Amino acid sequence: MLSFSIKRLLVAIPTMLIIIAMAFFLMRAAPGSPFDSERAMSAEIRQLIMAHYGFDKPLFVQFLDYLNGLLRFDLGPSLVYKDQSVIEIVSSGFPVSIVLGLSALTLALMVGVPLGLAAALNHNNATDYSIMAIAMAGICIPTFVTGPLLSLVIGVYLGWLPTAGLELGKMTVATMLLPVVTLSLPQIAIISRMVRASAIEVLNSNFVRTARAKGLPEVTVLTRHALRASILPLVSYIGPACAALITGSVVIENVFQLPGIGRNFITSALQRDYPVVMAVVILYASLIIIMNLIADLFYAILDPKVTLE
Amino acid sequence: MSKAPFHSPSAALMEKSAVIGRSLWADAWARLVRNKAAIISMYVLLFLVIMAIFGPMLWVHKFDKIYIDRVLNAPSWADMHPFGNDPQGRDLFVRLLHGLRISLAVGVVATSVSLTIGVLWGATAGYLGGKIDQIMMRIVDILYALPFIFFVIILMVVFGRNIILIFVAIGAVEWLTMARIVRGQTLSLRKKEFIEAAQAAGLTTFDIISRHIVPNLLGPVVVYVTLTIPQVILAESFLSFLGLGVQEPMTSLGNLISIGAKEMEIAPWLLIFPAATMMIALFCLNFIGDGLRDAIDPKDR
Repeated sequence: MLSFSIKRLLVAIPTMLIIIAMAFFLMRAAPGSPFDSERAMSAEIRQLIMAHYGFDKPLFVQFLDYLNGLLRFDLGPSLVYKDQSVIEIVSSGFPVSIVLGLSALTLALMVGVPLGLAAALNHNNATDYSIMAIAMAGICIPTFVTGPLLSLVIGVYLGWLPTAGLELGKMTVATMLLPVVTLSLPQIAIISRMVRASAIEVLNSNFVRTARAKGLPEVTVLTRHALRASILPLVSYIGPACAALITGSVVIENVFQLPGIGRNFITSALQRDYPVVMAVVILYASLIIIMNLIADLFYAILDPKVTLE
Repeated sequence: MSKAPFHSPSAALMEKSAVIGRSLWADAWARLVRNKAAIISMYVLLFLVIMAIFGPMLWVHKFDKIYIDRVLNAPSWADMHPFGNDPQGRDLFVRLLHGLRISLAVGVVATSVSLTIGVLWGATAGYLGGKIDQIMMRIVDILYALPFIFFVIILMVVFGRNIILIFVAIGAVEWLTMARIVRGQTLSLRKKEFIEAAQAAGLTTFDIISRHIVPNLLGPVVVYVTLTIPQVILAESFLSFLGLGVQEPMTSLGNLISIGAKEMEIAPWLLIFPAATMMIALFCLNFIGDGLRDAIDPKDR
């Protein structure tokens, strides 16, 4: 298992290199520069600024410089916020995004798995159909619709919860509740559909019949035999779920005005703040790679049929 | 699945001319017609498509006509604004139809892009096999690890908010799963006798892929395509919502929803009508996709 992890991490290195190169050269191909918004400056001053950041060197040399810095965890200064380094910007937004994403994932699992099992146990009756109708709604209604609607109804009309405005360090249940619920809705839908499909298959399989024939109580059959097999497909979904939550949090942070990293990314991309954009892409790409690795490891632990090569 | 009526061999022989054989597709169609949700969805979607195509031409207001005196008016029939007016005083009803048109167009075009890339890539990898297959699928694996939406955002920033680019960028993002599905199917088709026959007949690799492999992939591909369209529409709306999609005065459903979300406290109709339209369209597409999957590939019912 250790050698498998090491091998996977080694394979991830070229992947990361390609991702970094794509992001780097795409960003540099963009028209405009981070210094455009300031007042017109003379050619000499512009030259000096460009030289200060190393932008006068050939592009490929700049790329190598960037990689070199990356190895020493030096992501460079922000080009727009002069007094902040990229690390400072990213690490101020990251906790918000990670809390948002992890809470949404937890909520989605806590609600989605029981819903899916309930639907499977009531296969083809009214309970099943209503749960699946709700799940379909969750898949069809994008978060940027549910987010504003929820904050309109609960925040504005009913006035139960604050709708927006989260300051860092003031993350409370009240301010995070709506964003987390909104972000988790589509995941609840997807997870419950997956669990239902696999649980139906498992409940009809031979080993469950054997367990029942042995005379085990129904609860034991479900918890000890069926549950474990039914949630297996979920494990390999952790990777894609993580990617979906990252994407989703970009919208959620915009809807609820949370100072997370997704919002940083968009403003930075628009302002051509190259180092911040690069840092966010690298961070999220490595997050997805690591989550996929964890998912594979879990899969091997839970499913004795799978061996890691 | 309905069972074929029982015939004794001699009766079957006698009736041979009378009994019309049911092809795979006729069978699938019969199953689809029985699925009420899918059929209703088809009618609703057809209605939406017709409205989106012809509505903006026939409606009394133009989608970019600004009425300065009607800013944020509530829905009323007085001036023929059944869905109200937007922050520039434009008629929301016709803008909604226009937005629906753009969103559906993005859905169809970007899905075609992803379909073309995905099928060719997957079929080539699966048919050629060996080293080439490994390299091609490794590329797909690498691309899977990309936080794609970030790359689409970077692309939009780099090349500007060009509608053609939106089509291509989203299509280029969505082809990966298609390629995997097609490759898997091709791997199993490759060993079949009719492919061997085609090889023996001396067909070129390209002819075998395009004339013998691709037509046999139709089932799973059709299903996946119908499920890709709503995803693509969502991706476009996502970009538009973030202000990176189509440009004014053009609009799309995501764009209208983002305007509605900003104004929802004073003009909730600006959010409710576009959101409802989008939900209906996505519901229909998903129901049709699910119905098609059950009809063409009935094994997991």
